[in-house]
Amino acid sequence: MIKIENLHARVEEKEILKGLNLTVNAGEVHAIMGPNGAGKSTLASVLAGREDFEVTEGSVDFDGKDLLDMDTEDRAREGLFLAFQYPVEIPGVSNVNFLRTAINEIREHKGEESISAKDFMALVREKSALVELDAKLASRSVNEGFSGGEKKRNEIFQMAMLNPKLSILDETDSGLDIDALRIVANGVNKLKTKDNATIIITHYQRLLDYIIPDFVHVLFDGKIVKTGGKELALELEEKGYDWIKEELAAAAQ
Amino acid sequence: MTVIAENKVNFTKALAPTALSVNKSDVEKANCTLENTPLPTSRTEDWKYTRLVKIGKVEFQNTEATIASVNPYTIVDSMCTFVFVNGHFSKELSSREIPQGVTLELLSDTSTGLAPTTLKLENELFNATNTAHLTGGVSINIAAKTVVEKPIQIIHVLKGDHVISNFKTIINAEKFSKACIVQGFFSENGESNFCNNTSEISLEENAFLTVDKIQYESEQTFHVSTEEVQQAKDSNFTINTFTLNGGLVRNNLHINVNGQNCESHLNGAYLLKNKQHVDNHTIVDHKVPNCESFELYKGVIDDNSTAVFNGKVFVRKDAQKINAFQSNGNVLLSDNAAINSKPELEIYADDVKCSHGSTTGQLDEEAVFYLRARGLSEKSARHLMVSAFVGEVLEKVENEQVLEFIHGILKKRFDWNL
Repeated sequence: MIKIENLHARVEEKEILKGLNLTVNAGEVHAIMGPNGAGKSTLASVLAGREDFEVTEGSVDFDGKDLLDMDTEDRAREGLFLAFQYPVEIPGVSNVNFLRTAINEIREHKGEESISAKDFMALVREKSALVELDAKLASRSVNEGFSGGEKKRNEIFQMAMLNPKLSILDETDSGLDIDALRIVANGVNKLKTKDNATIIITHYQRLLDYIIPDFVHVLFDGKIVKTGGKELALELEEKGYDWIKEELAAAAQ
Repeated sequence: MTVIAENKVNFTKALAPTALSVNKSDVEKANCTLENTPLPTSRTEDWKYTRLVKIGKVEFQNTEATIASVNPYTIVDSMCTFVFVNGHFSKELSSREIPQGVTLELLSDTSTGLAPTTLKLENELFNATNTAHLTGGVSINIAAKTVVEKPIQIIHVLKGDHVISNFKTIINAEKFSKACIVQGFFSENGESNFCNNTSEISLEENAFLTVDKIQYESEQTFHVSTEEVQQAKDSNFTINTFTLNGGLVRNNLHINVNGQNCESHLNGAYLLKNKQHVDNHTIVDHKVPNCESFELYKGVIDDNSTAVFNGKVFVRKDAQKINAFQSNGNVLLSDNAAINSKPELEIYADDVKCSHGSTTGQLDEEAVFYLRARGLSEKSARHLMVSAFVGEVLEKVENEQVLEFIHGILKKRFDWNL
């Protein structure tokens, strides 16, 4: 699905990603954990095409296409979805209106017909139920006046509407209470198929009790330094990241 | 200050005196103003940000012209549609089914002569020009207790080079009446033409009146509109002004709230590109207690265009318990676009609730990125956000056909496809 090789990226003069490698196949769930400043959100931003970041080296192959060569919207149209760490409030722009435009532009990109109003509304009903998002919220202005939990649920709602191949959840769990966390995780699990994949970026192991990852990676100083199964997350939760630093230091000597 | 006669403006030089039966004393006053008033410059406070040099250079003429069809300019489907080309009534293009309770008279037909104007003539060059050289006009009276279901539509088209139309609309809404007037201003072809338009609007006790105004002339057109509004007690006045094209546009809107328990609504949207200049000057004058006014103007300014908003609210000494709200928001889409926004409150009463605010910004780039990350093209993302910004003003329009017409222009002129 996605193959990231030797990815280097910087913001202004500061190099943040320093040779990151990661391969995710269809049907898989990957968790990326790591201390603050390791480059987790930078990775998400670079993959989504945020222009503040400059890729200086490396490649990203997304289903046979050069991801880094595409504009943000084309990445989305090809099936990449980023659930934002801080979803933006957009006053006056209705959630469903912009989603209809998004779906139609994605369909046009694929050479498909526009969605009918009836099918669209049916889709809204179905997908908003999935994340227990009040239908009223679905038609309100994007994230305006939403609580933290509602904003994150709205991200998963949009993910459900757009049906991406690869979803990157950037700290979607941060700031959620346990009920909201369950709802979000439940939504993600229901959307999982053998044809799509998910990358979960998180600080906390807690989310991984609800969304079981196939792989857990530790991102440290711009690289993936350790990969394991779901038990690695528990170990990190318990022991923090210092032991990884020590392991790295030992290996370097 | 002595004013020298050499100051006389050039732009009226070639114009014949009005052929209409304008009040004699008004004509005298207007001519006196024209003799003695130079073209305002940026030193004139009221015209500080609007340069009139270009208007001053043209010797305007008034000529009659014909247009092939009124269809492109028809905003609403109304059998009461009056069409004026260069200020002259076009009988062929008009539909004259006048609703019951409404009298509509062309100022060129009136035998009785016009009443003295409520417009200020002293020092007001454009009002004076309009009065002394009045081309045409219409007087609308809505009888007491009449509810007019369909809007009365007045369409103005300018055609030809250096043409000026000096037009006057008089509206009198009698007690307990309710009506909506739709006005459209267009130009067909021609360079440096000038629509110099005045309106004198009066609402009697408990009258409800809405004016929807669409300005969509060419980038080579000058437009100055002056509306003088009088509100008697318990009346409710709404004016929605949409400036969607025009080279140099100045709107003077002056609402005199003379009676208690009135509501006044002033909404405006201006969307500019290229080198357009649009200036909205509004005054709401609360002279008596217990009234409310709501003002919302929003602008989207692109390329090298410039806009001006100057909104003044007076609350006179004995006008207690006034609620007056005013807001002006602007989005600048280019580094060369500019807005001069000046909200002003002058309050002489002590028990009032008034607020005003002005915001100017650029589009939120983070939001643009967010929308693009969902698959919207950059263009759609920006249009969606701009239209959401202006949407707050569009929502104030009750007439669906007016809204639809505006959306059609937005698509045509700004390529909004939403």
